[in-house]
Amino acid sequence: MSIDRRQFLKIAGISALGAGTAAANLIWKNSLEAIQAAPAEEGLTAKKWAMVIDMRKLKTEEDYKKITDACHSIHNVPDFGNPKDEVKWIWTDTYEHAFPGQENEYLPEAIKEKPFPLLCNHCENPPCVRVCPTQATFKRQDGIVMQDEHRCIGCRFCMAACPFGARSFNYRDPRPFIKEKNPEYPTRTKGVVEKCTFCTERLVKGLMPACAEKSNGAIAFGDLKDPNSEVRKLLSANYTIRRKQELGTQPSVFYIIGGSEK
Amino acid sequence: MIEKALTGSSRYWIWISFLLAVIGVGFIFYLKQLSYGLGITGLSRDVSWGLYISQFTFLVGVAASAVMLVIPYYLHDYKKFGKIVILGEFLAVAAVNMCLLFLLVDMGQPMRALNIFLYPTPNSIIFWDAVALNGYLLLNIVIGWTTLESERYSAPPPRWVKPLIYLSIPWAVSIHTVTAFLYAGLPGRHFWLTAVMAARFLASAFAGGPALLIILSMIVRRLSKFDPGREPIQAISKIVTYAMLANVFFFLLEVFTAFYSGIPGHKHPFQYLFVGLEGHGKLVPLMWLSVILAAAALILLVNPNTRKNEKTLLAACAAVFVSLWIDKGFGLIVGGFVPNPFERVTEYWPTLAEALITLGVWAIGILILTVLYKVAVSVREETAGADTEH
Repeated sequence: MSIDRRQFLKIAGISALGAGTAAANLIWKNSLEAIQAAPAEEGLTAKKWAMVIDMRKLKTEEDYKKITDACHSIHNVPDFGNPKDEVKWIWTDTYEHAFPGQENEYLPEAIKEKPFPLLCNHCENPPCVRVCPTQATFKRQDGIVMQDEHRCIGCRFCMAACPFGARSFNYRDPRPFIKEKNPEYPTRTKGVVEKCTFCTERLVKGLMPACAEKSNGAIAFGDLKDPNSEVRKLLSANYTIRRKQELGTQPSVFYIIGGSEK
Repeated sequence: MIEKALTGSSRYWIWISFLLAVIGVGFIFYLKQLSYGLGITGLSRDVSWGLYISQFTFLVGVAASAVMLVIPYYLHDYKKFGKIVILGEFLAVAAVNMCLLFLLVDMGQPMRALNIFLYPTPNSIIFWDAVALNGYLLLNIVIGWTTLESERYSAPPPRWVKPLIYLSIPWAVSIHTVTAFLYAGLPGRHFWLTAVMAARFLASAFAGGPALLIILSMIVRRLSKFDPGREPIQAISKIVTYAMLANVFFFLLEVFTAFYSGIPGHKHPFQYLFVGLEGHGKLVPLMWLSVILAAAALILLVNPNTRKNEKTLLAACAAVFVSLWIDKGFGLIVGGFVPNPFERVTEYWPTLAEALITLGVWAIGILILTVLYKVAVSVREETAGADTEH
């Protein structure tokens, strides 16, 4: 078959256009994302995962310890025993430090002193994802902000960008500092950033995030886009606040502060 | 032309060996960092960028400053810069190399560095910075080398260099603007979240880079038969003066906005840097040293008598350089992380290993600079007197 010049140019033009669009798709549409596969059948799914932490239900030190220990032990979070190298996924701090700028002198003592659980906010508009040069951190369709530990180059731009201090860097090899290894969850290597994942590995098995499970009902987890979900019911029945809302990142973690009850 | 760097006096070779020794020490500590991790540095969860990234930021400015010679010479036909413009271009090459190396040594997983190009991500400023820096490096090495080679053969440079020279002008501005955008677009980092950041970066770059160039020109004059001349140095000193004034002005704008508005988040980093915050003030003496040096430099630069005296001018340039190095090559980055997102103060101070790795990278840059300057100076000594036009 022979083609004339006109036809050739047509075909060449169309092919070039096609190749260009494919390349553009690759770059712009983040089609290289690591996890976008459909979850297993028994898995929990949502349009937009969110968490509501009811501070009225968190009372004793034990309540908090159960939550953080559960998370850190199943996720192989190392304990270096010093704040400089510290890696943490969920931890606590006081109201003044959890919500800087919203404190006032005259708050009830009970609120001033109460520890607030802090974790990645899985923002709707995450600055960490915006700045990551390799798409190692990315937002899934269900709103969960994930970290690909195999692609991360360890530039720590995401740590500078996160207004919530939610990210930790492995300043050294974490493996010798894991108390008891959970063989079902991967460990990390030195030189990469990590953080809370809303327990994606549990969601696919139909389980709630570990912190929610161990919270005696203080932490609700569900679909923000489903009006009948538990989180939506809590949000419509209670006044809630989020951390640093003024920055426009739209955190998915809400707090019910409650009154002065202990 | 590179062969000209392979012959030299014993003084030249002692200097090269010294640099190689410093590089060797830095490299040994870098290997240690590679095996242990970045925990070998003073960096922490709260202050996650430090000496490496601040050196990178400072040196992007030094690189961009070459444009202060290129604009007068090529756009305004200011012939007196003819001899010295090559020194600016080669300084840019050395500085960009250091920038790229500082980015590399700061990475937790340097063997994955090419992921930046493997998964190009236009919404990340780092992507643009990598493109801008590599492009600028290429532009300057091609322009510098080609024009020098033409000069060697007393021929006009090839025509295709001109467009590249013009391109290098906005490109120089872009490298430092993009570098400022690394910081100026982050929510929740009050110290960096300022529209004047890029302008301040450019002002400090156009003061610090040319100040260094004056120092280097004087060194070249002392060590070789090539004299860049008194007039070009005087012209550059005016550039340093205006740029330094602009830089101090921009800084004072920041101080006004932070303290007149009274917004705590905006005030805290300034308080931490200059008076200490919550009992922490490791950087306070350094920052005041920077202020004193800046003031002293401006007194010497603004006064025409001390500016025209090359001895006092040299002192002023050294003061400008050190002052800006402290301000931008240290305080600016650390200040952005203090206090942390929880309004708590964690301090940072580099470790010995970190300092030696940093010195090693500087030594690589100085080695590149030495070799390139040696080539340029040798060509100049050959063609002495014959001022070529291009």
